[in-house]
Amino acid sequence: MDEAAAATETPPPASSPQEAGEEGAIRTRALTKRYRGGQLAVDGLDLTVPAGSVFGFLGPNGSGKTTTIRMLMGLIEPTSGTARVLGRPMPRHTRTVLPHVGALIEGPALYGFLSGRDNLLRQDAADPTADPRTRRARVAAALDRVGLAAAAGKKARAYSLGMKQRLGLAAALLQPRRLLVLDEPTNGLDPQGMREIRTLVRELASDGTTVFLSSHLLDEIEQVCTHAAVMARGRLVVQGPVADLAAGARGRLVVTTPDPAEAARVLKEQGAGDVTADGDRVSGEPPERDLAEVTAALVTAGVRVRGLGIERASLEDAFVALTGEGFDVAG
Amino acid sequence: MSRADTTAELRDEGPVRGVGAVGEAAPVRAVRPLWSLGLLRNELLTTLRRWRTLALLAVLAAVPVLIGVAVRIETGGAAAHGGGDGGGQGPAFLAQITNNGLFLVFTALAATLPVFLPLAVGVVAGDAIAGEASAGTLRYLLVAPAGRTRLLLTKYATVLAFCLVATLVVAVSALAMGVLLFPLGDLTTISGTRIGFAEGLGRALLIALVVAASLTGLAALGLFVSTLTHSGVAAMATTVGLLITAQILEQVPQLHAIQPYLFPHYWLSFADLMREPVYWDGLVKNLELQALYAAVFGSAAWARFTTKDITA
Repeated sequence: MDEAAAATETPPPASSPQEAGEEGAIRTRALTKRYRGGQLAVDGLDLTVPAGSVFGFLGPNGSGKTTTIRMLMGLIEPTSGTARVLGRPMPRHTRTVLPHVGALIEGPALYGFLSGRDNLLRQDAADPTADPRTRRARVAAALDRVGLAAAAGKKARAYSLGMKQRLGLAAALLQPRRLLVLDEPTNGLDPQGMREIRTLVRELASDGTTVFLSSHLLDEIEQVCTHAAVMARGRLVVQGPVADLAAGARGRLVVTTPDPAEAARVLKEQGAGDVTADGDRVSGEPPERDLAEVTAALVTAGVRVRGLGIERASLEDAFVALTGEGFDVAG
Repeated sequence: MSRADTTAELRDEGPVRGVGAVGEAAPVRAVRPLWSLGLLRNELLTTLRRWRTLALLAVLAAVPVLIGVAVRIETGGAAAHGGGDGGGQGPAFLAQITNNGLFLVFTALAATLPVFLPLAVGVVAGDAIAGEASAGTLRYLLVAPAGRTRLLLTKYATVLAFCLVATLVVAVSALAMGVLLFPLGDLTTISGTRIGFAEGLGRALLIALVVAASLTGLAALGLFVSTLTHSGVAAMATTVGLLITAQILEQVPQLHAIQPYLFPHYWLSFADLMREPVYWDGLVKNLELQALYAAVFGSAAWARFTTKDITA
């Protein structure tokens, strides 16, 4: 918990504002959105997405993630506060900023009566900075990149959810982008598709594109992201490098043994807190002393030990510790 | 630890790669005026490729066919009876169709202008923004970024183009049926003078243009309604509802004070183009009224759409 809180206070060096251009790909200050009904969707958000990072944006449903993304894309006017994307304030500079941003917002939306290729041609025609002479070639390349080249001529209404998702991604990749905003990009994809998307995200990131990724799949964030932020009830709970966040939740000592009752007793004696036994697994908060001594104590007490080790905390543990709730509970 | 290393790397490389990409050194992609028109071209093609648009146009094309066939059968039957009561009670142009097929164009436009044409325009205009919103495609057009003003202008231009196409479909279908079923030749104007067939054809084209222009007010009204909701169906129904309401108010004599401000009020003034000399009064008033509607509701649509939160 403590380390995690520290991560919030220490912004990553890349985001220190020495020059206007060095303020990160996305930077919001006290960004707030109150809907007309009086509902506070986003409350004083200070978010900094370092340039070149793969940034995971986490939070339960209804925590304000999508509202934040919509404000960043100039679709929604903030009630107060500021949002800067690629160094320019939004929504005032949508016309200069957005051509450099590829976005997948709240799932794909397609024209069912148009083919996949025609959907992309239309999307590209909507961008006044896109060169019509290279349009067909860029659309073909984008379709190829997401593995849809074979289905390009099919009407989009015949696409499966996974294919629609891929087409949405292709639309975000029509131009070389400096920032990709991907809202739940692996939704509806099979495990193979998810792996492809992860590879794609890593590839794009290694080209220097900043990727802003919202997902409810924590292991996905853990696998591809360098930085992450967690939202709950419209507020930012924590942000920082993923390694620091995961370190915030302490690992647990796990003993596998056919004598769980005796093992639990010894562990408590040795100073382990919160000891729980589940079948042949006994776990607890690791004591301060050397684990070798704990092992010796267990063996001396006649406990037959099959395995003993520290289970590293996952981001999910960190998340639950931070939000104090299950992940899919609506905020 | 490996992840921490990666992070450190990214931080270190920040100024080189990441931040460099964000800074002012990055090339700003220029907006080319000509490229901006790509969206209009795409919008026109997309609209015309919709099954719904084609169905509307097919219905409009069928109206002159029905009128032509009906008149042909009616007069054929009268000839068979040998009776002398050939003079019908129909619209001013209807009786003349048997003498000159060109009159089928005027009759068909007069028959479709009160209901069929505005209905079709109401559907297309009402769906323009709201349909994109309900499909979710509006957000993707806006982050492309299409630009809100540009998108709205593109949509209005497309609806105007549809007004013209719809009117021309009626006119061309009527002309084809007229040529097929009836004799052609010089025609008699409402004033009783005779004009040549070529001039008659010119007048028919002019009338089609005026009829298309008569629909521009409704088009702007529909576009405004379309910016108010996220449901394409609701916007279409509302626009068509407003059309029907206006048409009913036109029929209530007690409301004569407000009638000159209703958009369908001068619609049938296009018949004045068939006078010799042309009687311009009603025509000009019609065009002025349409321009007023376009200005008022076009501005309202712009004010609404450029400040609206897009949550769909």
